[in-house]
Amino acid sequence: MAQEGKRYRILIGKPGLDGHDRGAKCIARALRDNGFEVVYTGIRRTAEEIAVAAIQEDVDAVGLSSLSGAHLQLFPEVIQSLKKHDAADIPVIGGGIIPEEDMPVLKEHGVKAVFTPGTSMDEIIATFRGLCE
Amino acid sequence: MRLLPLFGAFVNSRQTSDVGCRRSEDEAGDQKSDFRKYNIADPQLILTAQPVRQGYALGMRMDIEQIKRGIESKNSRALAKAISLVEDGAEEADQLLASLDASRIESSAVIGITGAPGAGKSTLTDKLVAVCRERGKRVGVIAIDPSSPISGGAIHGDRIRMMQHALDQDVVVRSMATRGRLGGLCAAAGAASRIMASAGCDPIIIETVGVGQSEMDIIRIADVTALVSAPGLGDDIQALKAGLLEVADLMVVNKADKPGAEMLAMELNEIARAKGRQVMMTVAAQGQGVSELLDAMLEIFETKRASGQRDQQRAECRNMEVVDWGLEMLRPYLYAQSLEQDQKTGGDPRIRAKEIVDRLFPASTW
Repeated sequence: MAQEGKRYRILIGKPGLDGHDRGAKCIARALRDNGFEVVYTGIRRTAEEIAVAAIQEDVDAVGLSSLSGAHLQLFPEVIQSLKKHDAADIPVIGGGIIPEEDMPVLKEHGVKAVFTPGTSMDEIIATFRGLCE
Repeated sequence: MRLLPLFGAFVNSRQTSDVGCRRSEDEAGDQKSDFRKYNIADPQLILTAQPVRQGYALGMRMDIEQIKRGIESKNSRALAKAISLVEDGAEEADQLLASLDASRIESSAVIGITGAPGAGKSTLTDKLVAVCRERGKRVGVIAIDPSSPISGGAIHGDRIRMMQHALDQDVVVRSMATRGRLGGLCAAAGAASRIMASAGCDPIIIETVGVGQSEMDIIRIADVTALVSAPGLGDDIQALKAGLLEVADLMVVNKADKPGAEMLAMELNEIARAKGRQVMMTVAAQGQGVSELLDAMLEIFETKRASGQRDQQRAECRNMEVVDWGLEMLRPYLYAQSLEQDQKTGGDPRIRAKEIVDRLFPASTW
């Protein structure tokens, strides 16, 4: 088992009032199974709370999950909070129930990638790995 | 029908875990070739030949000087980067550790919270933080979770219980994974606590992984260790077996409002009284008994400090940490050497290990 050297650290967060966290947990577990260290911050967090936790934990990327339709509001808020704390270099990925027409809007706001229920786990892992490297 | 995609994802994650297995074998191979790369023929050289992570710092937006200054000025990003440098074995780590504020490290109390999984360690830690904040103290928390032995990954969930402090700049929380180390701690826990102390945190609370009957590394590294138990986690024979009972400074019966708590407290009291230890009752979820617990722990800290016991304990802990780091640094070399040995002759692993160590440190040199 490799013990030395860098391990990629990811924060998985659920901003807003959406309490459906099975997807977030599923991603967290898959990342763990692929050698990532995952900090899960639980449901119903504010954008600011997620950003501050990401900084304190020195994560390489943040994954946000939302299934309730508030992604256009909340994902950019997290990015703004990271910027506010001088941590705009931490990449943010979004996932959940996200209509196709919203994807370009999110990307415009700086979300690096968007995943929906059809996305394969391999693709998700590869994207996280790519952002960390 | 709605369950189908979820199930699909689960199957996927199982498949990827197999990929994880293969990957770790590849890594082992890489490690070996790494050592070839360093061209270590002379065993004496290995003491300076750690796996180097050059350029890691270049990827960050902070250089080592910024990180050092940031720790001084309590910048949380710098603090987090500093811990990562040590955790990842980066080249700059030594320079950083050498620059820490010794007087702050000297004066800050390191508190250990350990106990069985589900005893309520995270919740108790969260409430201890709340009490510290009421008293105007800046607190550091190191929450340790196990790494997967297969993939090397980890899931940290302790923060979920501590999110009420998320926006408080004077609460520094860091999740760390054991990264292959046994004993309930990670190799960098000691260094992380010194970095936090240097950044003005006092006390520093270290929450171990959920431990069983023998993982007690925490008592070395913490000035005061509380062992948390709760009713319904096991029978009294489990408690008798547990070496932890003998070494903890204090025992806590958490979930004291649950049936069986009195009974558990009585049993623990019998062991505790013989050793001159206290048993305290808490209901962490409601914050009951937490302030008293913190008082008791800080009192033990002060008593140990006044008697010189704490200094003695810390000195011993440093020595053990030196040994741990030494072994950690030797590990890849030892592994590479064992691969080099003639596999066909077999030989018992103990004999093979002795052969390598004898070559490294010939009996004449010590």
